[in-house]
Amino acid sequence: MSGSSDDRVRKVSLWHRIMARPEAASIAGTALVFAIFWVTAGDSGMFALDGVMNWSVVSGYLGILAVGACLLMIAGEFDLSIGSMIGFTGMVAAIPPLHFGWPVWLSMGISLAAALGLGFVNGQLVVRTGLPSFIVTLAFLFVLRGLTLAFSIIVADRTIVSGIGDLAEQDPVASFLFSGTFGDGGFGWMAQHGWIRALDDGTPLVRGIPKVLLWWAVLAAACSFQLTRTRFGNWIFAVGGDASAAKNVGVPVKRVKVSLFMFTALCAWLFAMLQICDVGSAAADRGLQKEFEAVIAAVIGGSLLTGGYGSVIGACFGALIFGVVQIGITYTNLNADWFRVFLGLMLLSAVLFNNQVRRRVTQTR
Amino acid sequence: MAPDPSPPYVLELDNVSKFFGTVIALRDVTLRLKRGEVHCLLGDNGAGKSTLIKILAGVHPPSLGTYRVDAEPVVFDSPREALDRGIATVYQDLALVPLMSVYRNFFLGREPTRTSWGIFRVFDRRLAVKVAIEGLADMGILVRDAEQVVGTMSGGERQCLAIARAIHFGARVLILDEPTAALGVKQSANVLRIIARARDKGISIIFITHNVHHAYPVGDTFTLLDRGRSMGTFQKSEISRNEVLNMMAGGQEMADLMSELGVRL
Repeated sequence: MSGSSDDRVRKVSLWHRIMARPEAASIAGTALVFAIFWVTAGDSGMFALDGVMNWSVVSGYLGILAVGACLLMIAGEFDLSIGSMIGFTGMVAAIPPLHFGWPVWLSMGISLAAALGLGFVNGQLVVRTGLPSFIVTLAFLFVLRGLTLAFSIIVADRTIVSGIGDLAEQDPVASFLFSGTFGDGGFGWMAQHGWIRALDDGTPLVRGIPKVLLWWAVLAAACSFQLTRTRFGNWIFAVGGDASAAKNVGVPVKRVKVSLFMFTALCAWLFAMLQICDVGSAAADRGLQKEFEAVIAAVIGGSLLTGGYGSVIGACFGALIFGVVQIGITYTNLNADWFRVFLGLMLLSAVLFNNQVRRRVTQTR
Repeated sequence: MAPDPSPPYVLELDNVSKFFGTVIALRDVTLRLKRGEVHCLLGDNGAGKSTLIKILAGVHPPSLGTYRVDAEPVVFDSPREALDRGIATVYQDLALVPLMSVYRNFFLGREPTRTSWGIFRVFDRRLAVKVAIEGLADMGILVRDAEQVVGTMSGGERQCLAIARAIHFGARVLILDEPTAALGVKQSANVLRIIARARDKGISIIFITHNVHHAYPVGDTFTLLDRGRSMGTFQKSEISRNEVLNMMAGGQEMADLMSELGVRL
């Protein structure tokens, strides 16, 4: 656009337009990863229904975190405390029902309130001091993990508490939201007709869709909609792209950032609730390194580390790649240690690619 | 916005001074902006232009003197209040987000919404694209693709976009802070064209610059600042380009420099 004298907008092809989308690389990466495993482990059962559930659940857990981390990253901030937040919220939810006989829904609610409160404190510290969120939340990574361990010892005299899964199943709220699987009837029906594998007694091998996948899908759809189609989404991009410009046109920069810190904490809480109901226990060391995995998924998904650019859908594909590779590698002859090597290289190439995107967008004058 | 025709001046600063501790940033400056004129504020670095803008934009209140809008004395507590009176300032950083598209930047902070599926309040993208293209076309800027990312536009294009945005959202007084400072010749010409076009639409403009060659073609009135003081206000008919140049701090210095270097004037 310009006046008539130097009108030099180039027509670009559809292909270039698709490749210019933030999620393009992660979709291509997903296709590549599937192709590799199809060739190397196609007949190993990885792509049978139970195999699919194995890696999609891993992706689903990470995907929930990645959605939050990705929105926060687009707004120009990090939260390195989400891993510790998983351990913390899990223990807060699990200890009171097991040791004091509180209802599970109540302790989960308290745990949620604590998560939102901590997210609020994180956010306020970052926006009020102007310190990098990297440092502030790194401090919380340690503080929160330490507190979780210390209080678990004081209150329960142990750092791992089991039995919460059964209590949650008896609790109407917790079991409806987090326990077990969804669509069991449909899966049983399909097993009766021989469409999916069944055990000898006729029950299907995969009983239903794990609730984590449902949560992931709902969260991803809602957040992607929020980011791309609403006012608030426009503000998220603006706050990360140029906070002072956003402030000058009246965007409530601090409110946007603080609310996203709270949302990221909520995602960590959701992760923890699903995990304690699924695994049946809570432990103070849960969620170790999850903050990095979430950041990796967001970056593979095309979000810029510097903020202002990214996509929820991309972050979900990033999480999918993560799950497929982590679980898929066990179906191959490769040693599982190669998973980390692969992941590191994937991250590096994603960052290099994203850097190209940013250069193209910001350095052409 | 139909301007009330009665008071002749939209903005007036009467004997305004501004002190920052012991520093005298401005002393006894008087500035009157007529309706629909381009009023150039000229001065070298450190002349007090930035302080003057900030007073006009409502960032700082003056230490002494009166600020009147439509002949009515005002004290602004924030830029927002100035904006509510239709006084918009386009700073050098332009308040544009490079990674966002033209239409998203155009409506940033003022996004139009509509209700989707009966419950969701969504950003009305179609309306935003349409209005942004129309608003820019209105200022003589043709946009082919409202999805174009602002970061890929030239400095002049961005300046034009920021000005068009301010006008679209109801500015009747535009304060432009060095809009041509970092631009090439052609791009500066485009910005000057936009300024002239805004004036033709009845908008009053304060054009801050230290470049006489940019100020003279579009300016109607010139106020010169030197070390915090006003050196006077002149109509275009009263003064030539060279006189303006000479009155600016630097005019005499440049002449001295040239004679020193043996260049004949």
